[in-house]
Amino acid sequence: MAELSHVEKIKRESRHLRGTLVESLQDDLTGAIREDDTVLIKFHGTYQQDDRDVRDERRRQKLEPAYSFMIRTRLPGGVCTPQQWLQLDDIARRYGNGTLRLTTRQTFQFHGVVKTELKTTMQAINAALIDTIAACGDVNRNVLASANPVETRAHPVVHEWAKTLSEHLLPKTRAYHEIWLDGERVLGTDEAEPLYGDTYLPRKFKTAIVVPPVNDVDVFAHDLGFIAIVEGGELQGFNVTVGGGMGASHNDPETFPRLADVVGFARPEQLLAVAEAVLTTQRDFGNRAVRKRARLKYTIEDRGLDWFVAEITRRQGFALEPARPFQFTQQGDRFGWIEGHDGRWHLTLRIEAGRIADNEFGARLTGLREIAKVHRGDFRLTPNQNLTIANVDPAAKAFINGLVARYGLNRHEQASPVARDALACVALPTCGLAMAEAERYLPRLTQLVDEQLAKNGLAGAPLVLRITGCPNGCARPYLAEVALVGKAPGRYNLFLGGDGRGQRLNVLHLENVDEPTIVAALDAAFARYARERTDGERFGDFAWRAGLVGAQAA
Amino acid sequence: MSSNPVAALPLGPLDLERSELLLRVVDGLEPSTLQWLSGFAAGVAHERALAGGAVPAALATNPQTAPRSEPTARLTIVYGSQTGNSKRIAERLGRAAEAAGLAARVYASGSYPLKDLAKERLMVVVVSTQGDGDPPDDARGFIEFLQSRKAPKLEQLSFSVLALGDSSYPKFCETGRQVDERLAALGARRLLDRVDCDVDYDTLATPWLDRVVTGARDTLGGPQVATVTRLRTAPVAPQFSREQPFAAEIVGNQRITARDATKDVRHLELGLAGSGLAYTPGDALGVWHENPRAVVDDLLQALRLDGEQAVELDGQGKTLREWLTTSREVTRLTRPFLAQQAERSKDAALAAILQPGHEADLRRTLTDLQVVDVLQRHGGDWDAKTFVQALRPLAPRLYSIASSQEAVGEEAHLTVAVVDYELAGKRRYGAASTYLAGLDGEAARARVFIEHNERFRLPHDTSRDVIMIGPGTGVAPFRGFVQHREAQAATGRNWLFFGARHFQSEFLYQTEWQDALKQGVLTRLDVAFSRDRGTPRTYVQDRLRAAGRDIYAWLDGGAYVYVCGDAEQMAPDVNTALIDIVAEHGARSRDDAEAYVRKLADDRRYLRDVY
Repeated sequence: MAELSHVEKIKRESRHLRGTLVESLQDDLTGAIREDDTVLIKFHGTYQQDDRDVRDERRRQKLEPAYSFMIRTRLPGGVCTPQQWLQLDDIARRYGNGTLRLTTRQTFQFHGVVKTELKTTMQAINAALIDTIAACGDVNRNVLASANPVETRAHPVVHEWAKTLSEHLLPKTRAYHEIWLDGERVLGTDEAEPLYGDTYLPRKFKTAIVVPPVNDVDVFAHDLGFIAIVEGGELQGFNVTVGGGMGASHNDPETFPRLADVVGFARPEQLLAVAEAVLTTQRDFGNRAVRKRARLKYTIEDRGLDWFVAEITRRQGFALEPARPFQFTQQGDRFGWIEGHDGRWHLTLRIEAGRIADNEFGARLTGLREIAKVHRGDFRLTPNQNLTIANVDPAAKAFINGLVARYGLNRHEQASPVARDALACVALPTCGLAMAEAERYLPRLTQLVDEQLAKNGLAGAPLVLRITGCPNGCARPYLAEVALVGKAPGRYNLFLGGDGRGQRLNVLHLENVDEPTIVAALDAAFARYARERTDGERFGDFAWRAGLVGAQAA
Repeated sequence: MSSNPVAALPLGPLDLERSELLLRVVDGLEPSTLQWLSGFAAGVAHERALAGGAVPAALATNPQTAPRSEPTARLTIVYGSQTGNSKRIAERLGRAAEAAGLAARVYASGSYPLKDLAKERLMVVVVSTQGDGDPPDDARGFIEFLQSRKAPKLEQLSFSVLALGDSSYPKFCETGRQVDERLAALGARRLLDRVDCDVDYDTLATPWLDRVVTGARDTLGGPQVATVTRLRTAPVAPQFSREQPFAAEIVGNQRITARDATKDVRHLELGLAGSGLAYTPGDALGVWHENPRAVVDDLLQALRLDGEQAVELDGQGKTLREWLTTSREVTRLTRPFLAQQAERSKDAALAAILQPGHEADLRRTLTDLQVVDVLQRHGGDWDAKTFVQALRPLAPRLYSIASSQEAVGEEAHLTVAVVDYELAGKRRYGAASTYLAGLDGEAARARVFIEHNERFRLPHDTSRDVIMIGPGTGVAPFRGFVQHREAQAATGRNWLFFGARHFQSEFLYQTEWQDALKQGVLTRLDVAFSRDRGTPRTYVQDRLRAAGRDIYAWLDGGAYVYVCGDAEQMAPDVNTALIDIVAEHGARSRDDAEAYVRKLADDRRYLRDVY
């Protein structure tokens, strides 16, 4: 057996994720934590980062990098109350960089928390009855669920399952409570991780539940997925999907994005058993020597789907039923007001790149705080970095509309379909993996794409556009019709050909190209699309049919 | 002395053979050469005594035959110096006296043998005043002795005091005044009246020095049979000096506070190659700066004078702008200038604050306002020459050197806080720091010299531990210390205390300290940040107290303590903390703890470079 990766060694010796985090936090000579602890702290829901815009400048100033921490909450299905919203808003302004960021995993990120305030911030988050356990790390991450929770009676049931699943798959270590919440110290050996074991999973593990026909969670992008089968408004069970994943490395054919396989149907009461079987199979058979080959998708690629299904069947103690039919009509969110089955209303707002801030684009952080002060329902973070003000009484709609307009929160009414549906990861300046800009470049990128569409008479055409600063895929770029994946500052790989429903991967069209090249390529592609498209044909589908990508393109 | 070179009898302690040799050596020599020779012999004796050699047996056993030195027939020069100016004047006086054929010896006031005082016939004291009327650190013992009842009657003594100070402080030359009055009260006679020198001390010190030499010759009665004690091997006169500074290349000029810091602190690297300048950690670099153009422009505008007009002064012809740029202090306000301005502007309010009883107003005016403010507020009719005369000559600024030549070779590094702030809606510039911060590019040069500071030295014994307390730019010399200790492979431990307002933006030399800790060069680093959100305000003295047990253990084990930085707040707070630590962890009474800390200073294990 190949040698274990260094991360495996750190995990094994960490005494269930404790490591030397306490000592690291106490060291007042650096804003960083010890190197090994940077691995462990992710399991607690936070990443050490630094402001890369000033990294070199500070080196010359004989100052260490401007370290800070990104904290990610665990928020199954993305639900939070107005009271929680107010508390998180306060935390963002008090300890963070004054912004709340909504992620593609339906949760919040705080950026710019310094080490000396990290513990206080964690305590403040927990005081809002929200935790950050397993929001990052080699564990089951925040569980996604289709955002609109009450369109049918089945939606709230699905949401409950997301929550149950998230809690069932939590690590059991008391380290989190000890380190952050001054919880009582549990001594050594009696503490067990029955599900994960001492070394947890080989790599991160992502779970999502979707309620068709809107594939807002991009269910095929996750290690484990459940497609809710609803008949007559009642939840029948789930089609189980396994082995999806976005991450890849540039120029490494051993790594690739992969769509999940549908392997059968499970009844609701079988859900936890299936999840445990999939997770423990990956725990026991996943690659622990090479981290970039450690996701479930590679275990399945390497050992075969049949083997995998046999293994989980053995572990579940039952066989899955044949998968049921399902149909997706779109990716992304449905914006604006939608009425729920119970007569209450849900308003989905466009939050560009998920960043809520008071800045030159408006006072959106303030606006949402004002809404939270009066809102009686709840908030739903969507899997596409947007926000739903949910469960609004019909009588309150007008008031909410007023606040939305006043604080510039009505982007969903003004933005083009491209700008409205686009996704971007955080990338520079805080993400350590970023090779190029993403979030900060998104406004310009959407403008450029819109210009090329307009130039070719395609203004207002829907197009799923996504950009990430590196190939790891946080904004699920490989499912977009047009995607830019960062390669170097100002240079991207251009992918074309997603289907707009999240069921087909796109394909590399141009490698390592700059903005003018990207614009020219899109111009040419849109020109043909405008001339040759069939009625209602999406750009991603056209790109395949016209041979812009795929076998004919070569 | 006999002019006949025949030795019939052994001379003094010498045997017959050496007596004959000696007579052959001195035969035909000029009197001045003979005096030099006696000084040479005294110097050799002194050095051997310092080297621990025994007193020659002949001397010990035949005291009656020892050369009849006349300990009182000489000029004793005692200096109390904080920044080195008093010391420099004292040494100049010593050389001038020797050159005039006088017996003279020069002492730092901390080293002066107090028991000799009663026997002195002629003594001059050169002493500076610190901050709010305090003596220099190493003069405290000397002054306490003078003021005490132990001080002897001094009716045999003639004396003169040269007081150094800074007229921008209310208690100008306070220490010199006290010494002068006390010596007179003890019965001594003034050879010359006290002279109070402002920051531009040379203008008054140089004529005083000449008059002392003349007066001393009169008092001591012409050239003596020399008993000049050569206190040390005369150093080879450096080619470059305060008066003849070296134009050093600016090798590096790097801001070392973050972009969002409220303070601009620069790390400057100056090239000394070819200068022959050498320094030891603890020394300072003197910098002759030029005044910022903006400040000079403001002055010219306020004066309504043409900067291009020629002004002839002290035999030098320059334009007014040149005088103001390179030869005069144009920012710091002085009391004498204020007095002249009050007269010229006929401003009653300004005149009023110069009267007794308004010291607080005066102090505020002197610290808060600059020359240009007063001109703008009170007008006043000045002509170019009078104005230039009214300003103090430009004085060089001294910066603790932040490097060791063992580590950086022919470079000197400085840590300079750029004084540049808004006050009353106006931009203020610290003249020298702004000048240094603006030096950049290939051609940039600064006129510099080395200001030695023997009072701030690492222990010779490299096995000793050192505790360094240097918040803010006070950390500068300790960068040099740590570099030096590394180069020396010192076995003693090194413990640094640093403080600033903000961890993330003002942790000076953070990565260097982190490396030094990693390599074990720095044993321990305790930091205090006073303005970080969410954490209590912490200062170095708080960190000292928190580490009190260990501090005491280090002190008890013979550690040296160094303090550098602010004299007004930090140094007294640190001093109090040290006393508290000794009292608490050494189980001593308050008085005993104070005595313990005082003894540390007396033993030169507690050294301060504060300003």
